[in-house]
Amino acid sequence: MKFATDLIHGVDPIDAEHGSVSHPIYLSSTFAQRSMDHFGRYDYARSGNPTREALEEAVAGLEKGAAGFAFASGMAAIASTFLLFAPGDHLVVCEDVYGGTFRLLSTLFKGWGLQATFVDATDNAAIAAAIRPETRALYLETPSNPLLKVTDLTAAVALAREKGLLTIVDNTFMTPYLQRPLELGCDIVLHSGTKFLNGHSDVICGFAVAREAELGQRLRFIQNAFGAVLGPQDCWLVLRGLKTLKVRMEEHQASAGKIAAWLEQCKDVVRVYYPGLPGHPGYETHRGQADGPGAVLSFELATFEQTRRLCEGVRLSAFAVSLGGVESILSYPAKMSHAAMPPAEREARGIKETLVRLSVGLEDPDDLIADMERCLQG
Amino acid sequence: MDIATTAAQIGLERETRTGAVTVPIYQTATFRHPGLGLSTGYDYSRSGNPTRQALEEGIAALEGGSRGFAYASGMAAITSLMFLFERGDHLIVTEDLYGGSYRLFEKLFRQFGLSFSYVDTSDVEKVKSEIRPDTRALFVESLTNPLLKAADVEKLAALCKENGMLCIVDNTFLTPYLLRCLDLGADITIYSGSKYLAGHNDTVCGVVAVKDAALAEKVYFHQNGAGAVLGPQDSWLTIRGMKTLTIRMDRQQENALVLARWLEGHPQVVKVHYPGLPGHPGHELMKSRGKGFGAMIAFEVTEPELVERLLMKTRVISFAESLGGVESLITYPKVQTHADIEPETLQRLGINDRLLRLSVGIEDKDDLIADLAQAFTKGEDA
Repeated sequence: MKFATDLIHGVDPIDAEHGSVSHPIYLSSTFAQRSMDHFGRYDYARSGNPTREALEEAVAGLEKGAAGFAFASGMAAIASTFLLFAPGDHLVVCEDVYGGTFRLLSTLFKGWGLQATFVDATDNAAIAAAIRPETRALYLETPSNPLLKVTDLTAAVALAREKGLLTIVDNTFMTPYLQRPLELGCDIVLHSGTKFLNGHSDVICGFAVAREAELGQRLRFIQNAFGAVLGPQDCWLVLRGLKTLKVRMEEHQASAGKIAAWLEQCKDVVRVYYPGLPGHPGYETHRGQADGPGAVLSFELATFEQTRRLCEGVRLSAFAVSLGGVESILSYPAKMSHAAMPPAEREARGIKETLVRLSVGLEDPDDLIADMERCLQG
Repeated sequence: MDIATTAAQIGLERETRTGAVTVPIYQTATFRHPGLGLSTGYDYSRSGNPTRQALEEGIAALEGGSRGFAYASGMAAITSLMFLFERGDHLIVTEDLYGGSYRLFEKLFRQFGLSFSYVDTSDVEKVKSEIRPDTRALFVESLTNPLLKAADVEKLAALCKENGMLCIVDNTFLTPYLLRCLDLGADITIYSGSKYLAGHNDTVCGVVAVKDAALAEKVYFHQNGAGAVLGPQDSWLTIRGMKTLTIRMDRQQENALVLARWLEGHPQVVKVHYPGLPGHPGHELMKSRGKGFGAMIAFEVTEPELVERLLMKTRVISFAESLGGVESLITYPKVQTHADIEPETLQRLGINDRLLRLSVGIEDKDDLIADLAQAFTKGEDA
């Protein structure tokens, strides 16, 4: 089945009894049992809920993994994945990782003895140099947030396998429609499902998908024990959102390309970060591992004043955190997605005070351009 | 204000634009900012959502805490609280605690360097004797699962205070209606909100109330950081459930006492654990500390064969895990809720192959008794 068909028909309807073409929302915390020796498939909804399971199977199927897990947020998915490790273990992490992930690693998990080295993951030699005897995994975002840096996943996987490490990829910006890291040999794919997967800015959720069943079992244990699961109504909303993933992504991406081209020639814009631009340093690598550049781009303005004028002046894009929704969202990484990162760390990573990030929505791109143009002209 | 009033009014007056008397379900991931560096107080729903906040304020009000928190499950709440501790910290824990908590402590947090001692927390002296220099907290079930042992939260909280330990109480079986742990000196109360608070067996959630504002800040940091939050629709359902907490609990307790007495008189029942019975070791303590005994009963039947008969033959009472809902449920702790605890421990605690746990609902008590009575009788049902 091709991707578009998979989105609509990828998971068998649960409700064979009634023929419902949409999954029922099982708002049940517990499931009555018929036998004392052989419990049914479901017993307690934290451990398994039919609505959640439909979603988990759908996402696992799209990512080509053995098992998928839905969590209460992207951070809950990431925190649950970090619980796979033990004190003393070490991770090599891409340096401009999402601020929330950085915070989790630099506070909570640091306290628990999980170590992390942040590296420029566009440079495979830098990744290799950071690997220590106690390193257990590479943790990557490609393209990264917010600077859209590209990591060569095939090279990273080769390195990880040579050293016996797991490769974990946050695939939030791409979705499985554009990039399937598990097919490239990565072990775990993570998502803030809040973003493009759900796509409507109306649900907070996260996913972890394991390529192999055994690793999936370990994640299942943690999901159930930690219990940061996604509720059935939210699961249903995400199932609904997934159906339009391909058509949304295509439209998002086409508009993003148009806007990136406009920004590039805009005199107030110093620099545009978008892997769809031939001048992007990761352009070729990205083309080799993904089917498109996605719909998130960042750009630097000439002055802070312009930055403020744009953020506060836009009418069509919501000036807000998050991304990946049908509505365009303009955000200011220094105070939003990467506010959890200390200023010095931010600066070192090139997240300047004149940097803005745009998640291109489904509005007409000409309207979005006109809206930004008006702000920049003052 | 009486707790019934507080409970019925959770979320009221939050919606000033329309005057709606229930809090809207804010099914939004993100919030538009009025300007650079400005916020409406909400920016991303993991960090804060108005519907979830109404629930969080509700539990804080019911408990008399400075702040409340809602999580994706009771276990997510407990995990998030464990994030308050550091490698090398030691916790004292109720020995016959919920199997999921035990699994979390032993299989997940032990490898991260926390250590746990399990003691009979109905005995303050035993708790005291387990305190070590590295002990940071007591994690106690106010009424234990499944053996209904009552803890003296007031004395335990005082002991914790003397020793610089946090007193965390899992008050799931009693709710703030029956026992107000923060008033008794505890620092944090924690709930599987899936149970009595939501009360309808339709939501999985966890709820926490924290007494001290500075401690609450730390709890918030991990709620936001690890992100195991409750979604807005489930938050709304939990609020809806909490509005009827007191009347449900009243009826459930009433039914439970009737059933406990009936079970006590049944020839095929060896022992009934229900703190509302005068012979229960925690009866007097609970009378003096709280407002009731809850609606959980554990009972031992004469022979293991009876267990299957009861589980299979009850019609009104469902054979299912969980508890606290309007419908009555019967559970077999040894293989269901406490399957993760080592067999020797179960044996020592008295969680044997003849023990059943009953969560009494709000059905008519005579129907519940008739259901149990027919299930005890041999032979196929009509």
